[in-house]
Amino acid sequence: MTARVGIVTFPGSLDDGDAARAVRRAGGHPVPLWHGERGLAGVDAVILPGGFSYGDYLRCGAIARFAPIMADLIPAARAGLPVLGICNGFQILCEAHLLPGALTRNSGRRFISRVVRVRIANAGTAWTAGYERGQEVALVLKSGEGAYVAAPATLDALESEGRIVATYTGGNPNGSARAIAGICNEAGNVVGLMPHPEHAIDPLTGPGADGLAFFAGGVRAPVAR
Amino acid sequence: MSTAAAAGAVDTVAAAAITPERPQPFAALGLTAGEYTRIRTLLGRRPTDCELAIYSVMWSEHCSYKSSRAHLRQFADKAPRTDALLAGIGENAGVVDVGHGYAVTFKIESHNHPSYVEPFQGAATGVGGIVRDILAMGARPIAVMDALRFGPAAAPDTARVLPGVVGGISFYGNCLGLPNIGGELAFDPCYSGNPLVNALCLGVMRHEDLRRATATGEGNKVVLFGSGTGPDGIGGASVLASASFGGGESAKRPSVQVGDPFMEKLLIECCLELNAAGLMVGLQDLGAAGISCATSELAAHAGTGMAVRLDEVPLRDPTMSAAEILMSESQERMMAVVKPGDVSEFMAICERWEVPATVVGEVTGTGRLEVSWHGEQVVDIAPETAADQGPVYERPARRPAGQDRLNGDGPQHLTRPATGAELRDTLLALLSSPELADRAWVTEQYDCYVRGETVLAAPHDAGVVRLHEDSGLGVALATDGNGRYCRLDPYAGAQLALAEAYRNVAAAGARPLAVTNCLNFGSPEDPSVMWQFIESVTGLADACATLGVPVTGGNVSFYNQTGERAIHPTPVVGVLGVLADVRRALPSRFTRPGAALVLLGSTAQEFGGSAWAHIVHGHLGGHPPTVRLAAERALAQVLGSAAWDGLLEAAHDLSDGGLAVALAEACLAGGQGCRVSLPGDPFTLLFSESGARMLVAVAPGAEGAFAALCEAGGVPATTLGTVGGPGIEVTGEFSVSLGELAEAHREVLPALFSG
Repeated sequence: MTARVGIVTFPGSLDDGDAARAVRRAGGHPVPLWHGERGLAGVDAVILPGGFSYGDYLRCGAIARFAPIMADLIPAARAGLPVLGICNGFQILCEAHLLPGALTRNSGRRFISRVVRVRIANAGTAWTAGYERGQEVALVLKSGEGAYVAAPATLDALESEGRIVATYTGGNPNGSARAIAGICNEAGNVVGLMPHPEHAIDPLTGPGADGLAFFAGGVRAPVAR
Repeated sequence: MSTAAAAGAVDTVAAAAITPERPQPFAALGLTAGEYTRIRTLLGRRPTDCELAIYSVMWSEHCSYKSSRAHLRQFADKAPRTDALLAGIGENAGVVDVGHGYAVTFKIESHNHPSYVEPFQGAATGVGGIVRDILAMGARPIAVMDALRFGPAAAPDTARVLPGVVGGISFYGNCLGLPNIGGELAFDPCYSGNPLVNALCLGVMRHEDLRRATATGEGNKVVLFGSGTGPDGIGGASVLASASFGGGESAKRPSVQVGDPFMEKLLIECCLELNAAGLMVGLQDLGAAGISCATSELAAHAGTGMAVRLDEVPLRDPTMSAAEILMSESQERMMAVVKPGDVSEFMAICERWEVPATVVGEVTGTGRLEVSWHGEQVVDIAPETAADQGPVYERPARRPAGQDRLNGDGPQHLTRPATGAELRDTLLALLSSPELADRAWVTEQYDCYVRGETVLAAPHDAGVVRLHEDSGLGVALATDGNGRYCRLDPYAGAQLALAEAYRNVAAAGARPLAVTNCLNFGSPEDPSVMWQFIESVTGLADACATLGVPVTGGNVSFYNQTGERAIHPTPVVGVLGVLADVRRALPSRFTRPGAALVLLGSTAQEFGGSAWAHIVHGHLGGHPPTVRLAAERALAQVLGSAAWDGLLEAAHDLSDGGLAVALAEACLAGGQGCRVSLPGDPFTLLFSESGARMLVAVAPGAEGAFAALCEAGGVPATTLGTVGGPGIEVTGEFSVSLGELAEAHREVLPALFSG
């Protein structure tokens, strides 16, 4: 049976359509989920897509974290549901305390939209099982507040527990602590990623197809559970 | 602002009838004495404060096109026959049939004056305004572009204006989820104090989704939805956009609107859902002149009347007067006409998107626009007198006194590079000038990936977006303008701008279909400027007829001058083309070593207005390159066929800086060098800016087929060499490594603007 992957649309979500296309290309069935409704429609995994939820006027992800659907998503994620937060979705996961740390203003103080190279540091999560550890992939970074920060002890813990999922290589584009591009929770089912794998699923419209395996991971995850 | 507000009482229609002698501040609102008299004649009495507010904004240059309208008719009168247009000039934006049941709409518009006064918000709301124009046609906005022009890159004011403008576009466009797929960036002293910020938006719809801005059906409800109305942007169209700067600009800051892209994003999704549900009889965006414009145009276009209760309008500032509410240019607002039975469903969709919506009036059969304020009538006019019957001026036009001297001072006396080393230095000088330096500092602040349909974006010649995933149907877009060419010859210059945009679209392998334009000029009250304007419009209309591409809409921006000094006449032309399959679109970079490099077209000694003359010698004089429209058309046809047949790897248009700059750009973008031999005078071949030329990399094995295609199409083709190697090597002249080229090209804008 085809895996059903929920994609949450908040007011201001922008990459929900791209995430749905990526799920389809990876062989899954995307299920639109609306921020204002309760219940997860029995999906096998959830993606929080990129964008500017609620305009990011307070703090990125700070308001989305209180959307009705989050009341169901947070316990489900704690219980093991695979969840991938991309860009603004990563920020929401941090605000919801499903992941530690926070995303802050880029060190260059400007929005950055460019292709970046990222090294997969943990290929054991629900979303990165399709990669080899140490594999370098080309993804798209596009954010104004993408600099990952956390307390030194938290960073040490992330590192020692292998919870840094991806790091920037060939330069740190936004001043992220320890060049972190993505992290996961203890169980490895919740992943936050600043660069966009959904914009790297087809050489026609992106830098290549390196990002597709993230979605294949999400599509396969329920079988592994 | 409003005399009545100051007095604490509202000026009613009844009061106006019995106090004909009351002095009114028409001049402060930008109306001439003659225009004020005309209003009194039309009404048969003095206008109320609210009526005066409506006429002042609707009859402003910005809204009424009073100085340009008589000339813009040429775009319709000379339009080539086409069956691709579903809607043309007069609508918010033209609509072009691109096949498979899809239509696209696109338009470019200026936000020059607000962007100078407050660069960030001015540029941001420029994006917001053009996006709502497209939305009002029933289309989903799918991409934006920006054509930007500033004073000298090193000038202190440019350091204030440029980062603000780019930041504003980045902030607003990125937050809307619209890919920014290209545009322009130019610097010239003539734009000091008058930057040009021209924003283009592209939208797509199914044929059946086309909406017109009309208010039909007596009894239908008039709904205002989106943001609340505040005291921002009051008189923006009349005070800011329709007058020259002369100091005291900070006092005009309240005339600049403030943007909320999050509300605009919600408004887009809400409007599209309302449209899909068939809940709107008519739809209009609120841009310049706000509620005044929306109500009078909706009513005038339908030939109906409208009754509006102004006190129902949700306000962000409850102390606003009725006249201020009518004139406010608060952003992110739309007005719809809705059948009474559909109102509750309409409201439910707005609620779902958290978009405030309010019924503010009804369509009537009176033929009048009637506005009340707490039960008192403050407006009673025939809507067409405001919307369509503004003054039309045949302003005097005269060839500028210095024009002959300018044309007589050609570039032939300028010192030319004579040796290989000098040619090499010239190339590096051009590449490292802000005018031609790498634009990544700007374009990397724009999201070009969102929506997942962008096939090509900057720095490619044209932006290409896919419309239909299965067939690969897509469109290509490019904007171009060249103020220097236009200063030398506004008729030819406008044609050269069109030719370049047309060529850029062709370089992507697309078939050019339609044109939009943004005509940026100085004061129409200066006969020299008026001459430039008429020459440009005439040149553009003539060239559109010859190339077979109709103008589908556009915008005029006058008064781009500080004191007596006007900008160069700068018509910016956008061309839209169609690609049956975007998988065959051609990039502008060299990536495959061994591919043959072929120069298409023929090169003459044409240096008037060139990048070389400007950058190396600071010279502007003589004549611009010859316009060769038949050659442009032949070139575009060859490119379209070659792209479709897969004969080419890449194509890059030749324009500013000629072949030398084109070679360097295509090599740097693709990370490959090239080896070329020049069959003639190296300086002319490398730096002349003759039109109708293109540099292509031929797919290995297709050389014969491509040569045959060029010959059949009557396009001269000269093989220059091959792609590959560590840099650009010009046989017998010079070589330069990619590293050195990159260093010269890429560090310029960051060094200027990253501070």
